[in-house]
Amino acid sequence: MPNVMIRRKDSGELLFYVAKKDLEETIASVQVDTALQWGGEVALTDGSRWYVEPISPPPVFPATLRFRRGEG
Amino acid sequence: MPALTREETLELIQEVLEVYPEKAKKDRAKHLAVNDHDIEQSKKCITSNRKSLPGVMTIRGCAYAGSKGVVWGPIKDMIHISHGPVGCGQYSRAGRRNYYVGHTGVNTFGTMNFTSDFQEKDIVFGGDKKLGKLITELESLFPLSKGISVQSECPIGLIGDDIESVAREQAKALGKPIVPVRCEGFRGVSQSLGHHIANDAIRDWVIGNRDGDERFVATPYDVAIIGDYNIGGDAWSSRILLEEMGLRVVAQWPGDGTLAELELTPKVKLNLIHCYRSMNYISRFMEEKYGIPWMEYNFFGPTKIAESLRKIAARFDESIQAKAEAVIARYQAQSEAVIAKYRPRLEGKKVMLYVGGLRPRHVIGAYEDLGMEVVGTGYEFAHNDDYDRTIKEMGNATLLYDDLTGFELEEIVQRIRPDLVGSGVKEKYLFQKMGIPFRQMHSWDYSGPYHGYDGFAIFARDMDMTINNPCWDKLKAPWVKDAATAAAALAARA
Repeated sequence: MPNVMIRRKDSGELLFYVAKKDLEETIASVQVDTALQWGGEVALTDGSRWYVEPISPPPVFPATLRFRRGEG
Repeated sequence: MPALTREETLELIQEVLEVYPEKAKKDRAKHLAVNDHDIEQSKKCITSNRKSLPGVMTIRGCAYAGSKGVVWGPIKDMIHISHGPVGCGQYSRAGRRNYYVGHTGVNTFGTMNFTSDFQEKDIVFGGDKKLGKLITELESLFPLSKGISVQSECPIGLIGDDIESVAREQAKALGKPIVPVRCEGFRGVSQSLGHHIANDAIRDWVIGNRDGDERFVATPYDVAIIGDYNIGGDAWSSRILLEEMGLRVVAQWPGDGTLAELELTPKVKLNLIHCYRSMNYISRFMEEKYGIPWMEYNFFGPTKIAESLRKIAARFDESIQAKAEAVIARYQAQSEAVIAKYRPRLEGKKVMLYVGGLRPRHVIGAYEDLGMEVVGTGYEFAHNDDYDRTIKEMGNATLLYDDLTGFELEEIVQRIRPDLVGSGVKEKYLFQKMGIPFRQMHSWDYSGPYHGYDGFAIFARDMDMTINNPCWDKLKAPWVKDAATAAAALAARA
């Protein structure tokens, strides 16, 4: 369950950063991304998947969230 | 020697690795790579930030070096106690040439060494009492210090001293911030973790000190220079450029930095990060907590300076952008004169770099401005994100290496025979004896500054001075013409 800092890149995409793991990856897709909720399964551009309970209201980025490893 | 092709470079790596036993070879192979612009992510070609192999010579430092030596040490108006045995502090004292203004021993303490000088009894009975006594003593001897940081050396973590409680107690008694830093040398694989720990200490003990204090009058043009260590005056030659373009540099640290500047950093509008590796943690934190955006910049060589100045100006309004253009135009003649003078003497020379932090990628632009080519680069303690940034800067099919061993560095240099090697103090004399010009790029070989337009002139002069030094063809004894004649002379004498 790593602490993940999510911030917006200059290009507008979301960046998924885990300091302890040296992981800095762009987020490819988010399962729930509405005006009310943000979260669910998050897929990164390197193919790995992570999960966070949908948060409502959506967090203001940059924000640190606790993720779980997703299936697959 | 012409530039190597991809296959030749791969072959070179294989040949260098030949001497290792099977297991070590497999491990080291992951740390050597050929640059390929098609690779988006460095982790596909190079492994970094792993424990060094036992039994090989590594050039890395320890967590204490990363915290006391790099991040905390240059904060000039604080006293940094090397808590533990005397050697760690004494042998690293003032080695990094972080310049500062002030009266050493009165209101600044940068080049001094403070240590609790652990003895056997402190290990056996614990050193907390001694630390408390030391802090009280420091206060009576140096009342103008603004704060104290306690930099742990290995034994502190091993014997389980509670430096945090001592720090809290003493901070209350003295009314000054006292920062305990858990940077015991054995933590992590290199000094890189020391940077992280030091950043976390700044986050926990310093950054929030002036939250809610609105007395500081902010302007829309406030910026902070973070991660410039002022080696040989680097930060000063960077700072003037930012000030000339109309920005107000509120804080500049660690180089020539003060505790007040650290505390005021959350009030700025933009954090400018020079050394990404050692200072990205605190910038990310400030972005999250205070909403301060951060960006990396590069002040080595006129091309990169102009690029960075424009990038910085783009974050502000048009008046700043116009002034940035004016700054670039004002220094253009100066840097063109430097290039006109030195480029003919340095054109086409090959450089190999092996340093730490930001230099393996940042100085490439400066060498290219002088017509030189960087054929290999690598970091002592980088992480994947550093290599991600390096791949784009380096030419295709050039060598990338991570945490090189003494043997590998020597062997690769021997085979490539570059015209210049830029690395650290420990490697300097080895390569000079091999007859290869060498610059000690950790602290600019006792020269500098190298940042900014003024620094570029010094950089170019230094490179010329080293490469075109007449000593390099005097390395052979005058009577030794070549190997054959030497053998003949020996035979004739017999």
